[in-house]
Amino acid sequence: MTKKLFCFLLAILPAAAYADIQEFKLDNGLKVVVQEDHRSPVVVSQVWYRAGSLDEFNGTTGVAHVLEHMMFKGTRRVPAGQFSRIIAAAGGKENAFTATDQTVYFQQLEKSRLELSMKLEADRMANLQLTADEFAKEIKVVMEERRWRTDDKPQSLVYEQLQAAAYQAHPYGRPVIGWMNDLEQMTVQDARDWYKRWYEPNNATLVVVGDVKADEVYRLAKKYFGPLKAHALPVRKLQTEPEQHGMRRVTVKAPAKLPYMIMGYHVPVLKDPEHDWEPYALEILTGLLDGNASARLNQNLVRRDRIAIDVGTGYDMIQRGGVSLFVVDGTPSEGTSVDDLETAILGEIEQVKENGVTEEELQRVKAQVIAADVYQRDSMFYQAMKIGSMETAGLSWRALKDYPARLQAVTADQVQAVARKYLTTDNLTVATLDPQPIDENAPKHKEVPHGHH
Amino acid sequence: MATINPDTAMTMFMGNRMQTMVSAFISLPARLGLLMTGVLLMASAHAGLPIQHWKTASGAEVYFVENHELPILDVEVNFPAGGGRDTRDKAGLSGLTQHMLSQGAAGLSDAEISRRFADFGAILGGEQDQDRAGITLRTLSSQRESAAALELFAKVLQQPEFPESVLEREKARIISGLREAATQPESLADKAFTAALYGDHPYGIANADTPESVAAIRRDDLVAFYQKHYRADGAVIAMMGDISREAAEKVADNLTAGLPKGPRAVMPFPPVSYPTEAKVTRIPHPASQSHILLGYPGMKRGDPDYFPLYVGNYILGGGGFVSRLTEEVREKRGLVYSVYSYFLPLNELGPFQIGLQTKREQADQALKVVKETLAKFIHDGPTAKEMKAAKDNIIGGFPMRIDSNGKILSYLSVIGFYHLPLTYLDDFNKEIAKVTAAQVKDAFARRVKPDQMVTVIVGADAQ
Repeated sequence: MTKKLFCFLLAILPAAAYADIQEFKLDNGLKVVVQEDHRSPVVVSQVWYRAGSLDEFNGTTGVAHVLEHMMFKGTRRVPAGQFSRIIAAAGGKENAFTATDQTVYFQQLEKSRLELSMKLEADRMANLQLTADEFAKEIKVVMEERRWRTDDKPQSLVYEQLQAAAYQAHPYGRPVIGWMNDLEQMTVQDARDWYKRWYEPNNATLVVVGDVKADEVYRLAKKYFGPLKAHALPVRKLQTEPEQHGMRRVTVKAPAKLPYMIMGYHVPVLKDPEHDWEPYALEILTGLLDGNASARLNQNLVRRDRIAIDVGTGYDMIQRGGVSLFVVDGTPSEGTSVDDLETAILGEIEQVKENGVTEEELQRVKAQVIAADVYQRDSMFYQAMKIGSMETAGLSWRALKDYPARLQAVTADQVQAVARKYLTTDNLTVATLDPQPIDENAPKHKEVPHGHH
Repeated sequence: MATINPDTAMTMFMGNRMQTMVSAFISLPARLGLLMTGVLLMASAHAGLPIQHWKTASGAEVYFVENHELPILDVEVNFPAGGGRDTRDKAGLSGLTQHMLSQGAAGLSDAEISRRFADFGAILGGEQDQDRAGITLRTLSSQRESAAALELFAKVLQQPEFPESVLEREKARIISGLREAATQPESLADKAFTAALYGDHPYGIANADTPESVAAIRRDDLVAFYQKHYRADGAVIAMMGDISREAAEKVADNLTAGLPKGPRAVMPFPPVSYPTEAKVTRIPHPASQSHILLGYPGMKRGDPDYFPLYVGNYILGGGGFVSRLTEEVREKRGLVYSVYSYFLPLNELGPFQIGLQTKREQADQALKVVKETLAKFIHDGPTAKEMKAAKDNIIGGFPMRIDSNGKILSYLSVIGFYHLPLTYLDDFNKEIAKVTAAQVKDAFARRVKPDQMVTVIVGADAQ
């Protein structure tokens, strides 16, 4: 029942479901990927822009996410707030999210309403009106979001610091939500510049999954997105992270009771789905350490030795930025220090490096791979997410098909080899939460009868 | 808003225009699966969802939808064993009992149980609210995997051993989680809200677990709680997916035949009493934002005002970006990232809650806007335009409510557990369509009293 940092089963990608995918490209460069799924009369439509915090510069961190908020603030034809109202009136759900690698806008609708979503998305891809008035209100909303999501959440702060310490040159060191000071100084012009730079059909992928015909989706896409003009995109100068030559540590003090720690090792991402094997081995390694409640970390550190309340691992091999972290996080048991927990986690990693993993453990992880491949078919949204993230990272959705097979092919030796190669202390950053008491002297509950405060 | 909208497939990815970041960091009690994961207001499903219903020889009720499109079988076994069955001195017992089912059973250790489920690719899960403890299994429907997973599931349900040593370990984890939660504004607000709204009612005790109350729990308590509340008579099995009716009957028999014997021992909960005056609870905290919750006893499952309150709540604060609260507090004034309202219908009156977080310096201003918005809504009721928009969304969104096996399973559990009509989903849109603006206004005026609500403010500046 323990919720992990990343859910391993969800991290595993599918195969069988990707049999019915078709892709198209419009003349203006917009890519359209359609997966037919006829189980229910519904459709999910997602527009993926290849623009995320990865593409930001220091001083305007968070602008990708701010623009995402502004995308609901109206065009000439669809005034502020109307986008959401029109989709709602059609029975739909809609939202958007920003990440390091992309900004994504989506609608979930009864299948006959797909045209509406295309019409609206095409309109705001080209015709967004960014007014100072709307910006002034929305930037306050985003600052509230940062307070809620990060500033008042000790573990989020620790994660933010881990990224900042592990990546010194690479943009992944900067938070997606942006530093507060950058948000405070951001102007509507920053948002306009961002919109003008990245919101082009040739920088986007439309992903549609549902009870639709691929040809019909293509026809609608051509009708609404087709008239938009392509524009030259800025040259992307992808930064690499210089090699790390020694362990880094960072501490965060925040109001909390329990300490917490998160460790990150620099590891590779998937670049050549046909020939790379290390990312798959790293993915299997996360499963061996943390894929189920009896996997090594939980079994040994939580259940057997009882030195941790919780441990987890995470690794995302699909990253447009070309770099990734293999992450282990945990909370020590009361009476155990974070140092002890760190030593124990490093001990488990040493075990893998020295003695490898058993065939039984490997088979267990692979059984979960097969099952996850089936289970993910119960969510159209999730399938669309997988297609979109592959395409945005510059990998084809076609690689999804082979994904389970590639994981199945990982050997025990390969798992040991990646652990030896990458999980080294010189390549490690550790971020720790040093919990601070909240004011113990303050009255805990002060009940005030109405009208007397 | 994702946090109050359990029937959306995307809650695992995102909230409201949020960013996907690695921070799946949620508070420890929640990570242990022990906090309430209430099934909130859920709406309808596409017309003609063929629900089959029968009773096992052991007395359990079964709600089944057969569907062979995916090679998956989902099962949820529900017991009237939610947090409302706790006592104050041992609050947390219901959650701990449910959690411990899989930590040793039928001679198998916790490690053996989790290894076996993983070996078959099966996933054991659970949810609990004030009324209900639900234990879920998702398995491949292929013969070898499903047979093995279901056999192990039956052992977990019927032969839990609650090993002493494991119990001590899990108690320590939960206690730590509770201590941590007591420093975090969201959890502080949640606990204070429940206490203020329900006091000593079982629904108040359902969220009253403390380090002390969990420490007081002994193995005998778990055994007794299990024997009393995990009986076949009173159990409700929801089943969905790739299995025949004949096989489903066998599964239901096997899952319940070995449950504790005896007629259901569960007494109905006492009625919830309404507050007679407003109550404000302020909790100091150094956080940059104030966390504000307002509430009042809401409605029951099967409540005569269910549909008017459902439609009204969509307009007030349930409809995401298009709700009045979001419009007034966020869109017009930029005071919050999230503001919402919901009703959680339960056996007795579940909570009606409005929630928001805002920079502490502007907490009073935001609260004032919320109160004015609520008062105006109750006084004037919805406009004709709002009524149309709400119905268009709720009715038009019908197909998305049951577009996955997972969602259908949740509905089957709720329909079965609360004995809603089998045609509940089929009739849902008709009921929504019938609701009038006058009914919404009338229902809110009778059911929500703004001058008698409880208010919790964590992290407020000194008054």
